[in-house]
Amino acid sequence: MDAGTYLKLDGIAKSFGRFEALRDIALSVTRGELMVFLGPSGCGKTTLLRIVAGLETQDRGSIVQDGKDISRLPAIRRDYGIVFQSYALFPNLTIHDNVAYGLVNRRQGRAKIEARIAELLKLVGLPDAGVKYPGQLSGGQQQRIALARALASAPGLLLLDEPLSALDALERVRLRGEIRALQQRLGVTTIMVTHDQEEALSMADRIVVMNAGRIEQVGSPRDIYGVPETPFVADFVGKINVLPAVAEGGGRFRVGAVSLAVNCREVAAGTAVKLYLRPEEIVFNANGSSPGNNLAARVGKIEFLGAFCMIGIALDGADGQPLVANVPRQAVDAAQLATGKSVSVSLPPAALRVLG
Amino acid sequence: MSTQAGALPAGALRTVKPDVHWQERLAQGLLIVCCAALALFLLAPLASIFVMSLQDKSGAFVGLAQFRDYFATPALRSSIWNTLWVATAVTVITVPLAFFYAYALTRSRMRGKLAFRVIALTPILAPSLMSAISFVQWFGNQGALKWVLGGATVYGPIGIILSSIYATFPHALMIVLTALLLADGRLYEAAESLRTPRWRKFFTITLPGAQYGLVSATMVVFSYTVSDFGIPKIIGGNFNVLAVDIFKQVIGQQNFNKGAVVGLILLVPVVLAFAVDFVMQGRIQSQFSARAVPYTPRREKWFDRGMFVYCLIVAALLLAVLGMAVYTSFIKFWPYDKSMSLRHYTFGLVDAGVISSFFNSLTLAILTAVLGTMFIFMVAYLLEKTRGMAVLKSIVRLLATIPMAVPGMVLGLGYILFFNEPSNPLNVIYGTMTILVLSTVVHYYTSSHLTAVTALKSLDNEFEAVSASLKVPFYKTFFRVTVPVCLPAILDIGRYLFVNAMVTISAVVFLYGPKTQLASVAILNLDDAGEIGPAAAMATLIVVASTLCCIVYAIVTRFIITRTQRWRSPPAL
Repeated sequence: MDAGTYLKLDGIAKSFGRFEALRDIALSVTRGELMVFLGPSGCGKTTLLRIVAGLETQDRGSIVQDGKDISRLPAIRRDYGIVFQSYALFPNLTIHDNVAYGLVNRRQGRAKIEARIAELLKLVGLPDAGVKYPGQLSGGQQQRIALARALASAPGLLLLDEPLSALDALERVRLRGEIRALQQRLGVTTIMVTHDQEEALSMADRIVVMNAGRIEQVGSPRDIYGVPETPFVADFVGKINVLPAVAEGGGRFRVGAVSLAVNCREVAAGTAVKLYLRPEEIVFNANGSSPGNNLAARVGKIEFLGAFCMIGIALDGADGQPLVANVPRQAVDAAQLATGKSVSVSLPPAALRVLG
Repeated sequence: MSTQAGALPAGALRTVKPDVHWQERLAQGLLIVCCAALALFLLAPLASIFVMSLQDKSGAFVGLAQFRDYFATPALRSSIWNTLWVATAVTVITVPLAFFYAYALTRSRMRGKLAFRVIALTPILAPSLMSAISFVQWFGNQGALKWVLGGATVYGPIGIILSSIYATFPHALMIVLTALLLADGRLYEAAESLRTPRWRKFFTITLPGAQYGLVSATMVVFSYTVSDFGIPKIIGGNFNVLAVDIFKQVIGQQNFNKGAVVGLILLVPVVLAFAVDFVMQGRIQSQFSARAVPYTPRREKWFDRGMFVYCLIVAALLLAVLGMAVYTSFIKFWPYDKSMSLRHYTFGLVDAGVISSFFNSLTLAILTAVLGTMFIFMVAYLLEKTRGMAVLKSIVRLLATIPMAVPGMVLGLGYILFFNEPSNPLNVIYGTMTILVLSTVVHYYTSSHLTAVTALKSLDNEFEAVSASLKVPFYKTFFRVTVPVCLPAILDIGRYLFVNAMVTISAVVFLYGPKTQLASVAILNLDDAGEIGPAAAMATLIVVASTLCCIVYAIVTRFIITRTQRWRSPPAL
């Protein structure tokens, strides 16, 4: 275990009856980083978080936190703070008493506790909320208090279980920035579970993409988005075009009647593969330099989305494989794109990925 | 990233056994104790009935001989038919009566809804015996309205049916009322926008929406009537029903084996009714969307007036029953001297020494309410909010559901068979207040348990997880958060147990001792002795005590709700 590792999971497996929730999970969380478990519902991400918290027990595997084996410790003996989607604030206690709930137990001086509570409430931007009850706060405010309560005893590990899912869209965006800033300021090692890829991409140091109880890929948000390693990651994170293709050898692939160059390792000729391409990578080259794979195409449906347009494209010679391009509004106007128009597009060889 | 199993250290393949914290052990230990208690005070007595039904008087195994014997006796066999048709008649009358009453309360804008509601619930405050006494006074040999029946006698099926309708009406009403209140107002708005006439709304929205409630009410009324012992005992005359047969076999003839046979036969229709209800309720969940908006009826002059008149008639009839019992307790000597006096209370109860049974009932009610509520809520908490012990929990859940399907007479019979057995070390509790409290808690366990579970389920599931992460022991969170938040439900359970302990007769009629005679039993004995006045006086005292309990409950609950208003019902954001 290297010095930077704070939490190390090894061989974690968990079944509920005949359903395998987690299969052989190995993972290291670096000290001070914010790691996000991302995946569709039922992928095992919440189960994994609850195992780290000791709220579920893994069938097999070990957990080492800060150099100490905690695999068998009950939740109450572990060192972490946790925030749930439902806030789970005690409704009959004031905000002050909620935040103090875990502190009172630790035999500290009263003045010290009060100072800590004031500090925490200030930290989450609600210094005057102490006398109120949870029901008198908005969802976002309640979640801030839940965060303060989780951080109260300065735990080594912060666990966030879909903390933003119950909030409305605006509050969600605001709070994700706040949580990230707070986490970086305190430097507390944090694991967050979410099914929202935008949340994951915007907040994480590293993302763990999970599917059907397995880890698909671990990497920085840029890597996860730009260099997906499996078809699932490519599909799940962001929009992507999928083109069934056959390798021709020499880094070329045939889609319908069209031959494309791709920057990738050699694939034996005749192998059936899929090519993946992000919609924003498609270039409409009305004139001038092209990144390669220049093709004639026809513009299909144009969907106006404000800053961007989603543009359907049918490649000449591969009509059965419609593509979608994501183009800034200004570029659409500049190229005078309209449904039915014949255009030239480029599918950059560096942006195409060969998977499965 | 996923690692091959072969790359793991060998030890990682062993199943992980978590260290169990002593607090978790404490919770698990408590649950085991509770499960054992339920087994001892519910399963063991019921098992004794099965065993006893297969034995002869000397205790030798005789197989089904007792059953054969039973069915060979026409007088006994006829009880089955009698019980079933009377219960069916009561159900067929009570459920529609209650349904339209509830319909008026929820779908009209008539005046006096609160008063109608309160009056309709008054039968719950009295022992079922009281309605029988009252109907004897109205229609009996010297009844005020005897002529109404023509030549027919009230002592028999007519009296049982009338009294049972009175006694079951509030039970049916509460169930149907709840079902009607759950209706989604948007359905009615949609129907109105399509210009649907009232009768069509009734058949296409109201009735289908309330169908599960109607089934439930039907089963409850049927079971209640089949199980009830007090009414047929007082007003049944020579008309035999199963519940009274058990009593006659056990107390009259000391034939425990035959009593056990009758008990098992009585168990069949009640268990069936319970099963039907249980299966139907299982389907109810998907019926209602969380976004349903309550229905607010609009003012409609003639409809509202019609509904008002209907409720007025029903309420007047209900009050006439209660009123006659109270009136009887205050007049000197029915029907010859109708001047008012307190002599039934002073001579009939106090001087005759019968009043002690009223205080016994009070003691029973208080102990049952306090201890029963504590036990029931604790079990529900352990079931809902602690981890592990999945198998044990499903056993306890089943045990908590069984009492609903066991008539009081059967439970009482089980207790007498199990605890009166000289070889049972627990037979010291026979005839004491302890066994009365235990049997009453068990008898009324299921409803109370469901109330507690519903309240606990409405709490956030993660309170316990949060407490653990904050290193706070679970019992501290239990007392500091769970109990205060659930206090209204806890008080509700306490009131329910108190009132039922005041009025119950069926289970306890087998179990009281010379020093622990209860008020309801005293009514039975006074009535047997022809002391109708004192019997009515005792019934009135029970009504007063139950009413006071309900008033106290209402005041305390309101006080708590107001005091905790700030966190209980937050202002809309």
